[in-house]
Amino acid sequence: MCLAIPGRILEISESNGLRAGRVEFGGIVSQVCLDFVPEAQTGDYVIVHVGFAISRVNREEAERTYQALESMGLLEGELPPSTGESSEKTP
Amino acid sequence: MKYLDEYRDEYIAHGLAAEIHEQVTHPWVLMEICGGQTHTIMRYGLDELLPKEVELVHGPGCPVCVTPLETIDKAIELSSRPDVTLVSYGDMLRVPGSDSDLFHAKADGSDVRVVYSPLEALKIARSNPNRKIVFLAIGFETTAPANAMAIWQAQREGLENFFMLASHVLVPPAIRLLLRSPDNRVQGFIAPGHVCTVMGYRQYEDLVSEFHVPIVVGGFEPVDLLEAILMLVRQLEQRQAKLENQYVRSVSRPGNVSAQQMVEKVFEICDQKWRGLGMIPLSGLRIRPEFAAHDAERIFGLAEIHVEEPAECISAQVLKGLKKPTDCTAFACRCTPEKPLGAPMVSAEGACAAYYRYRRHKVLA
Repeated sequence: MCLAIPGRILEISESNGLRAGRVEFGGIVSQVCLDFVPEAQTGDYVIVHVGFAISRVNREEAERTYQALESMGLLEGELPPSTGESSEKTP
Repeated sequence: MKYLDEYRDEYIAHGLAAEIHEQVTHPWVLMEICGGQTHTIMRYGLDELLPKEVELVHGPGCPVCVTPLETIDKAIELSSRPDVTLVSYGDMLRVPGSDSDLFHAKADGSDVRVVYSPLEALKIARSNPNRKIVFLAIGFETTAPANAMAIWQAQREGLENFFMLASHVLVPPAIRLLLRSPDNRVQGFIAPGHVCTVMGYRQYEDLVSEFHVPIVVGGFEPVDLLEAILMLVRQLEQRQAKLENQYVRSVSRPGNVSAQQMVEKVFEICDQKWRGLGMIPLSGLRIRPEFAAHDAERIFGLAEIHVEEPAECISAQVLKGLKKPTDCTAFACRCTPEKPLGAPMVSAEGACAAYYRYRRHKVLA
């Protein structure tokens, strides 16, 4: 129910007096209310829940987190075998 | 999809799981609050990647599951009136009231419609001025701003035929209830990332200082959850208790102030009954008197009803993390998603339904 997914703003408009926009989610475009994210601009990613953007994705943080995680994954990836197997051994 | 696929990367997930194995020396019980997070854990089998010392228990964060039976009964009663169109989120149609559900009400001829967004409910009200549109609006803090906006907008547009049957719940009072319970087992919490996207995490800092319990705000993808678990394990192993934010790409400390302001304008805090947990003081939101013209409870004169939960259902213990769904004698036999006895089997995000769906019951066979 609290499911919310990231989408990219293609265009900003107004709908019934509310800030709205067309937002793309992996190829699917939906009309989304942007009233709660006044700072979000065309090209930004927003997290959308029940037709409302509830945050603008912080790109720097998203990329920093991902890179940190990736480097950790690569580091651990050098250890054979995958941890999935080792965890299966635990009762 | 960008900002989604990266956080499902198996390679990174295994790296994080290895790091958790590395860090852990003691047994720890962690709870994810949100049903969406429970769903990810079960779907990707994240619990099976963890060392045996780390036990995940599942919290009460499924709004569909904790909506009181009485609210469902009221919605079914309203839907039977000839001038009413009952509108709700899809998940709500199958939720059993005491005798029936909205799906059966629809099959019996009631005008029941599913919407994805409160804005669609408004659209139905605009194009059907001669019908009374009742929106059964449920949710945690994540959904409350959207539901509040529907009332705000109805008032602004003078949509006199739009009403809301509201059932909103708040996370921090539920965590407080769990932590105050003498049989509490939970030693660290993953706070719900989308609730905190709206509310920020100041309220969770208060919980950390009050109960000296570590809390990490977590996202919803496998990598998010494993990282949040790692952050909790690190804190617990070092005997620390602080608030950390794993879901930085969406959550800031103050949260979404504009969304909070909309909630504040339309709703006020009230005592709220949770299905499976009972009454929790100051854990809900009700429509402010200024918007009474759109409040279905006030307008339709709905009688107060009281219904008991089925005795065999152990949902109260499951929602508090004291028992696992598979501990219940009714699980997967007398209680299934098709015919649920209690709250957590109701919605796909409920803990019992997640266990059922991802075949965790095969071990019982």
